[in-house]
Amino acid sequence: MNIHLTQEDLDFQKEVQDFFANEFPKDIKEKQDKGIYLSKDDHIRWQKALHAKGWAGINWPVEHGGTGWNATQKYIYANEAAKANAPRIIPFGLTMVAPVIFTYGNEEQKQRFLPDILASNVWWCQGYSEPNAGSDLASLKTKAVRDGDEYVINGTKTWTTLGQHADWIFCLVRTEDTGKKQEGISFLLIDMKTPGVSVHPIITIDGTHEVNEVHFEDVRVPVENLIGEEGKGWTYAKVLLTHERTGIARVAESKALLASLKRVVHSKNEALMDMTQNAVFMTRLIEAEVELKALEYTELRVLSAVSTGKAPGPESSILKIKGTEIMQLLNELFVEAAGIYALPYVPEQYQEGFDGVPVGPQFCAKTSATYYNNRKVSIYGGTNEIQKNIISKQVLGL
Amino acid sequence: MDFSLSEIQEMMRESALKFIQKEYDFETRRKLSKSDIGYSEKNWELFAELGWLALPIDEDFGGIGGTVLDTIVLQEELGKGLLLEPYFSSVLLGANLVNKLGTQTQKEEMLENVISGQQKLALVHSEGHAPFDLTQMRTNAENRDGTYVLNGHKSVVLGGQNADVLLVVARTSGVTGDKKGLSVFAIPSDTTGITIKGYRTNDAMSAAEITFNNVEVSAEAVLGQADQAYEDVQRVLMEGVVNLSAEAVGIMEKLVELTAEYLGMREQFNTPIGKFQALQHRAADMFMEKELAKSMLYYAAIETADGSADYERACAMLKVRIGTAARFVGQQAVQLHGGMGVTDELSVGHYFKRLTCINSLLGSRDYHLNSLLTQAQN
Repeated sequence: MNIHLTQEDLDFQKEVQDFFANEFPKDIKEKQDKGIYLSKDDHIRWQKALHAKGWAGINWPVEHGGTGWNATQKYIYANEAAKANAPRIIPFGLTMVAPVIFTYGNEEQKQRFLPDILASNVWWCQGYSEPNAGSDLASLKTKAVRDGDEYVINGTKTWTTLGQHADWIFCLVRTEDTGKKQEGISFLLIDMKTPGVSVHPIITIDGTHEVNEVHFEDVRVPVENLIGEEGKGWTYAKVLLTHERTGIARVAESKALLASLKRVVHSKNEALMDMTQNAVFMTRLIEAEVELKALEYTELRVLSAVSTGKAPGPESSILKIKGTEIMQLLNELFVEAAGIYALPYVPEQYQEGFDGVPVGPQFCAKTSATYYNNRKVSIYGGTNEIQKNIISKQVLGL
Repeated sequence: MDFSLSEIQEMMRESALKFIQKEYDFETRRKLSKSDIGYSEKNWELFAELGWLALPIDEDFGGIGGTVLDTIVLQEELGKGLLLEPYFSSVLLGANLVNKLGTQTQKEEMLENVISGQQKLALVHSEGHAPFDLTQMRTNAENRDGTYVLNGHKSVVLGGQNADVLLVVARTSGVTGDKKGLSVFAIPSDTTGITIKGYRTNDAMSAAEITFNNVEVSAEAVLGQADQAYEDVQRVLMEGVVNLSAEAVGIMEKLVELTAEYLGMREQFNTPIGKFQALQHRAADMFMEKELAKSMLYYAAIETADGSADYERACAMLKVRIGTAARFVGQQAVQLHGGMGVTDELSVGHYFKRLTCINSLLGSRDYHLNSLLTQAQN
């Protein structure tokens, strides 16, 4: 049992650090550090920088242009990226649809879609949830009816993150109404510019436009956009979910967040209360640190199992629940640390181009927005309650 | 990055697993707990044969030279059987301290008898007002022309009743709060002036109140160097935290397993109660608490074995995490067993009691949380 990095690992760590020091666009870093929201263009430039280095396809096999990194290298990369305050990779193309395409797509589909995903030339979004299919996702109703060489799509997808930027959407659609509800679902790729597709913003409680409803009205999609077999979409989507399980804890980000919270708390900023003298708050901060350490080692146990060729053990099912709980707790402690400055709602302060003086200390500006926004994390990707159903059924056999 | 077991760890795990399965079913244990000494000397001989008594002792002195990474594997399995033998107190605390602090001669003389199973040791450190913080102890030893005279009272000394040699921590110089000035004396338990009042604890283990009334010992009784014991005793206590936590993880494994089994079997409203989502989620929470505690165990054990600068903090964090998990898993295991959970007949309540006692030992959850708080505020 050891967690020591080898010389090779240390060299790799150095290479990652150098990359973030030299090739991470400076203006994007500055925005990140100030807590200003990134534009679509910022995200694309950042991901293209990553691609130029050959590091865009972190979970991709080498044959498709992936890094081929082992578990330790992925761990090192995630930690350095978080320390450098790098933006999250927009997951829909690179980490969500790509594995489905390279695992279940045909040769033509791989050639057609993968290079543009890797190079961030095309922005993808996800069409899974529907207004009446959330936790019970398999009851989805968006219909795809075969008509010659095309499917005709009708229905509504929702919670489509950053769909307003997207060029393509990958959807779970219903191709069969009879039989088991899971077996009538297919996995379809749809060009957002197709006539009949419309995107409608949903404003969330933090006041931002991040998610959307996407409507499909007689949208005609060529059958060559179907991935794998008709009726197998549910299986593909589930495989994709297990693929994603390990990264889902966002441990590296929470570690960086905790470090930043500690800096704020110990900064002795005269405009704020001295939180170090608030024993109740400090106790919660320490408990958060304890929980995060336990989560980090749970993730390491999972990575270690995966790297020795084993399937992720039952401990992997904890990652989503605990990872999101800790992130939300840290967001909550930030709000507490901001004191009275958690109140002002001045969104210009974290929009592009703001060059005024923010109300209160810099870190306070986006604190509440982040807290409100991240209430989503225990809801999306299968609510934490659904995760507990999974543990009780699959792990405890209930 | 590797969490797999080494050959020796796998060996220890298997030997413990077999021992618990073959020799330590719950009813056998119950009988043992009601016997005079409360455990089995025959088992102790077996432990010697299995090499368990030699595990934390250096190879130079006939031991195996294991670190906490090895002992936790054993402890986790022994926890599942609710071991009554004083393995933790005599070997993981007592022998471990002699191995770290003793002079060459002392180690040669004492450790052989430990490894063979002929002598048991007890670490005599805890006092009611200072069960963990060594610097606060009141027991003192006065040096009168080369003879030390000990006075004081030690409380809830684990295995104190059946130890042949007591390893008594006392202040020999300095004032309360000083790390310097603490010494350890290795004293035969039948020495004049020592009164030992033994009793059972809530977990069916044995402990004792030990009073020292002008106990005279020679300078040779000082383990290692006088006044310099703090570092090693502290390290042994911290390793004790790790080893106790491993035992707690083993117990929690067992409780999650027993509870899931019961939920699947017990029927009410014409259905197994494990079909009710409220209970499913509670069981899932128990499972999560147990896994997170286990992860924390590995973290602190690795830091401790590596001797990293931060290892004491890691151990404190571990005891906090274990305390949270053990309380939740223990209480909920009882709750989900319904009325049966509070009966003496079922093993569940006994596991719960051991977990509860572990929380009180070597600094409780709240104790360690408060020490982390104090550090963070300064």
